[in-house]
Amino acid sequence: MGKTGQGLATLAHHLAATGEPHQLLPARQQMAFTLGFHIVLVPFGVALTTLMLIANYRGLRRGDDDALLLAQRWSKVAAVLFAVGAISGTVLSFELGILWPGLMGRYGAAFGFPFAIEGLFFFLEAIFVSLYIYGWNRMSPWAHFLTGVPVPLASLGGTAAVIAANSWMNRPEGVTVRDGQVVAVRPVDVFFNGAFWYEMLHMFLAAYIVAGFAVAGVYAVGLLRGRDTRYHRLGFHIGFVCAAVLVPAQFIVGDTIARYVFQAEPAKFAAIELLPTTGRHVPETLGGILLDGRVRYGLRIPEVASVLAGFRPSTEIKGLEAVPPQARPSDAAVSTVHLAFDIMVGLSCVLLALGMWFAWLRWRRRPLARQRWFLRCCALSGPAALACLWSGWVVTEVGRQPWTVVGLLFTKDAVTRQGDIWPFFGAVVVIYAAVGTGALVVLHAMKRRWQAEGDTAVDVPYGPGTHAGHAERGRGTES
Amino acid sequence: MAAVVAVFLFIGVIAYCLLGGADFGAGFWDLTAGGAARGRRRRHLVDTSLGPVWEANHTWLIYCLVILWSGFPRAFAAITTTLYLPLGLAALGIVLRGAGFAFRKAAFRTPEQRVYGLAFALSSVLTPFCFGAIAGGIASGRVPTGGAGDPVTAWLNPTSALGGVLAVAVCAYLAAAYLRVEAHRRRAPDLERHFRTMALLAGLGTGAISIAGIFVLRYDAPHLWHQLSHRAVPLVVVAALCGAASVALAATGRITGLRLLAGAAVAVIVLGWGVAQYPYLLGTHLTVDEAAAPAPTLKVLVGVAVTAGVLILPSLVLLFRLAGRGRLGMSYDDVSH
Repeated sequence: MGKTGQGLATLAHHLAATGEPHQLLPARQQMAFTLGFHIVLVPFGVALTTLMLIANYRGLRRGDDDALLLAQRWSKVAAVLFAVGAISGTVLSFELGILWPGLMGRYGAAFGFPFAIEGLFFFLEAIFVSLYIYGWNRMSPWAHFLTGVPVPLASLGGTAAVIAANSWMNRPEGVTVRDGQVVAVRPVDVFFNGAFWYEMLHMFLAAYIVAGFAVAGVYAVGLLRGRDTRYHRLGFHIGFVCAAVLVPAQFIVGDTIARYVFQAEPAKFAAIELLPTTGRHVPETLGGILLDGRVRYGLRIPEVASVLAGFRPSTEIKGLEAVPPQARPSDAAVSTVHLAFDIMVGLSCVLLALGMWFAWLRWRRRPLARQRWFLRCCALSGPAALACLWSGWVVTEVGRQPWTVVGLLFTKDAVTRQGDIWPFFGAVVVIYAAVGTGALVVLHAMKRRWQAEGDTAVDVPYGPGTHAGHAERGRGTES
Repeated sequence: MAAVVAVFLFIGVIAYCLLGGADFGAGFWDLTAGGAARGRRRRHLVDTSLGPVWEANHTWLIYCLVILWSGFPRAFAAITTTLYLPLGLAALGIVLRGAGFAFRKAAFRTPEQRVYGLAFALSSVLTPFCFGAIAGGIASGRVPTGGAGDPVTAWLNPTSALGGVLAVAVCAYLAAAYLRVEAHRRRAPDLERHFRTMALLAGLGTGAISIAGIFVLRYDAPHLWHQLSHRAVPLVVVAALCGAASVALAATGRITGLRLLAGAAVAVIVLGWGVAQYPYLLGTHLTVDEAAAPAPTLKVLVGVAVTAGVLILPSLVLLFRLAGRGRLGMSYDDVSH
């Protein structure tokens, strides 16, 4: 079935032997890469805009100019990131068709419509982001605040819709399939499938945690560099408190989800626990990989996995052997899921400890700017939270393999059989690297100019132009 | 129900042509605006006109994609497996374009702006060409029902070439007409003159390409040609009249009704394509009904489209009105810098 390419004859031959089209590997890598890029922007659409409104509200309510300045700057950062998110999201919708026609052609009727709902929310978000960014100092302050309120709400709605589609792939409910064709759809069951609320709540909290720590990290760096102003402390506190308060809640939600996965997606749970054989009194393995079907390395804590799954050491956990051979994930996939889960939980524990450290500092009334080690840790908390987000996403996506839609569609049947994906993937990597670098350069330049010249000098994608901006352009042209 | 969803899909296609198309065309005029010094104010007009609305305009594309893949999944898979090359190019073009536009506005140094601006402008020409070529491939029946048609000739053929070139020309024409009105509104006479000339040239060019297109279609897509010259002929006539009237307006230097007529010409000709193609979604082998998803999905889509109308149109009107009144946009002072 695999087309024997000329340059990659050996590889193609190998893949043909395993029944996998040669497009599968690059298609999966490309999807992972572009989704991994896009998912970074979600917390900023959902949560940074909320922080922005909190600061805006506080600024208006208490006449707090520092808070208003924070809101204004965050809105400009959100605008840049929203622009990037809009285009990387568009690419994803193209990729669904170009890379996964087997999925869209067969199940588009079933799980395509949540994306239509997502489009609706995205539309609203795009409109109100424009209104809010352009409205600074152009409308009455409270009317302007109100134009911002739909932004995080629409972003949240859009996220919920995408998660409905994704969770449906884990729990494909609400469809009747006959001869590989969808003959009946029950939209409410599709959208609110068994996995929806778990994934939704988990992602929602993750978004606020990532954005909160990322924002706090920026101002922690400022404090470390000696900019100990009320503005910096306020920026730090709004971000940090929002994130740190939600970390314990995320633990409760995550723990609940783990037990749900144990019940509803035993193959994924076996991969998370790195468990080849079914058994009771299962130890929790920290680290370690699966090699030739056996667990290597790693630290085992006796009985803990069984206790966590069913509150009793005698709880039976299904191992990978319980999965039919044709649907069994590869050792590499299992190891990836397991390690990603460990990273997610491990880093979350670190973030929880960071929040407790902060509580202790507050209790002892220690001035923030002198707590240099605490601030250094805070500076890294954003990337750490992002790593958690990525790991969690790897657990749910790789953990579903080899299925694209559990029980209905294998990934190798979903992938396109047309053309060579590698050049497309290569172009995507190059362009995304350029776009990502461009976004960072632009954000950095905005920050420098805020520090050097004040806020009105800085143009943003959705913002009106400025006199100072043009004067600068004029100078640039002459030089 | 399938026909209703097809109508909603086509409303999206027309909206994207009119709004997204004008944005692409603005990129065309950005590309041809001249050097950094001479083109600065022209580019600035493009920036300030597009700034508040381009993201909302772009969203129509997403709307079309989701309606297509949820409502007509078979057709969607057939299109993506056959036309993956132009689709991939268009996707990359959209990334470059969006990022180039967004970053240029936020970049401060001329060399950086030039790089971002070039990315924006070049991809603004590449992307509509690809979309036009895709439309040509679908309209001329080169996308088989089962998908996996010829990856090259499906979009490199006479009808696709016509579609691609016509798309670029129409975008440029729409954008010139819109920008001419924008320049007038901002009382920038030199920009007004520039875009008046450009609108005239683009209008005449689009007309010439359309007339040449008659022969291309007759030879390469006889079914489409037949329907256009029979069932859809009133629409073709109306489109031609609107186009001619708008070119006449541009030539005589009038503003009133220019945008409306230019937009109407494009909307009606796209509508004509839809009418000529109905009831087929792909060539003459896959009808709208055959490709349609089960009824509950179609109902949800109709619901989404109606909700979009109720929720989004008012906010869109608010945005355009605020932008149009200059509450969000720029004043003459800003442009004259």
